[in-house]
Amino acid sequence: MSEALPPPVVGILALQGAFREHGKVLRSLGVQVVEVRQPRHLEGLGAIVLPGGESTTMGKLLTDWDMMDPLRERILAGMPVYGSCAGLILLCDRIEDSDQPRIGALDAQVRRNGYGRQVDSFEADIDIPVLGPEPFPAVFIRAPVLTGVGEGVTVLARVGEQPVAVRQGSVLASSFHPELTSDARFHRYFLNMCTECGRTRP
Amino acid sequence: MKQQGTIRLKTGLAEMLKGGVIMDVTTPEQAKIAEEAGACAVMALERVPADIRAAGGVARMADPTIVKKIMEAVTIPVMAKARIGHFVEARILEALGVDYIDESEVLTPADDKYHIDKRDFTVPFVCGCRNLGEALRRIAEGAAMIRTKGEPGTGNVVEAVRHCRQVMDEIRLLCALPDAEVANFSKECGAPLEVALAVREAGRLPVVNFAAGGIATPADAAMMMHLGCDGVFVGSGIFKSGDPARRAKAIVQAVTNYEDFAMLAEISKDLGEAMVGIEISQIRPEQRMQDRGW
Repeated sequence: MSEALPPPVVGILALQGAFREHGKVLRSLGVQVVEVRQPRHLEGLGAIVLPGGESTTMGKLLTDWDMMDPLRERILAGMPVYGSCAGLILLCDRIEDSDQPRIGALDAQVRRNGYGRQVDSFEADIDIPVLGPEPFPAVFIRAPVLTGVGEGVTVLARVGEQPVAVRQGSVLASSFHPELTSDARFHRYFLNMCTECGRTRP
Repeated sequence: MKQQGTIRLKTGLAEMLKGGVIMDVTTPEQAKIAEEAGACAVMALERVPADIRAAGGVARMADPTIVKKIMEAVTIPVMAKARIGHFVEARILEALGVDYIDESEVLTPADDKYHIDKRDFTVPFVCGCRNLGEALRRIAEGAAMIRTKGEPGTGNVVEAVRHCRQVMDEIRLLCALPDAEVANFSKECGAPLEVALAVREAGRLPVVNFAAGGIATPADAAMMMHLGCDGVFVGSGIFKSGDPARRAKAIVQAVTNYEDFAMLAEISKDLGEAMVGIEISQIRPEQRMQDRGW
């Protein structure tokens, strides 16, 4: 039996980075989007996206504006979250060689700029089985590398040996930037995940 | 299967810098202060523009040792400046592994006719502009990010405001023109037609557009965001001020919360001395950096 749930209001952390692009994709999928810059903007959100950008900058601003704790509480309480690139770093509970502020909701270890500097950035068509057989255009910009994931983490895609898209319950993360492409399948997967989490929550 | 140096990767990194502040630094210590304050990138230099202006003579690419040390000191992206047209300085910076090159009027131009052919590089470029024609010529040459020129090293925001308003006005005009007038508009302002058409399609520049040249206070930075810029470069404004760490942090916060005036009031308190500014009319025409570039 499928009952139609209204799509959630999705917040996009808009402290810095590619928040405009995520908003554009989500709006094209008919979702109501709210830009989150202050703690009060967290009220009423059904889900949140942490965009690409500089994870150190975002982490500092989250701490300075007293947003880190309320955001972490909401995410640990089960609010679905998707983090791309810098967003993935913010979600990981282990960041190599760094004590920068983090949310820590994802049982994984990450190495910042793991592929190298900008001259090492790359695009590749990758297989993401949950999105169907068509390869996904993945854009990696000074991307982080996941160097270890916990048992409860499902790997959705890899490049070589390394996981590049993962999910742990209501936490979704990718080291690439689907918001920079015209392929909306990854965002659609996130919205389906939000609906699923809403249904399974008591 | 892996592609590198594509325009999407080049413009994409600029998208990641949006809503952020890029700070000029001359030492690893300054770079750390900038990173600690929340800068989204740093520009590695031998001297800040105010000191280049004071020193006179020919200003060139920084010593690679300085650039390398700054790259080792921080994890955020590091940019560096090459002289206008100096494609070998640019190749050297690319070989060093900098994340972005600023083909900059702050340095003495190396070519009085041509800018660097930036399409040919793996590393992305940012370039300055005073008007739409200049911006679109740079984009046609391969620039993946644009900034206003302003008047560097002055601590006076008036020229950055003028250049930003000029670009925005021309974009509005271009977008409102009937199709029949676009080719002529393009010719009049010296813009390649295909890039002008891309602006009409998008309703904005096809790349990220930052403010630069004379920004010295959180209010200056917030004003540039209101005028439609995507982020801010601060050159001399931070490390020529009384309390760089504090001012740097305040400018970062102002760029994120540029629409919240009560917060801007709070941010602007007790920042110490701002850099000493220069009135534009006091600068001799041949010393105006903004007129460099073609």
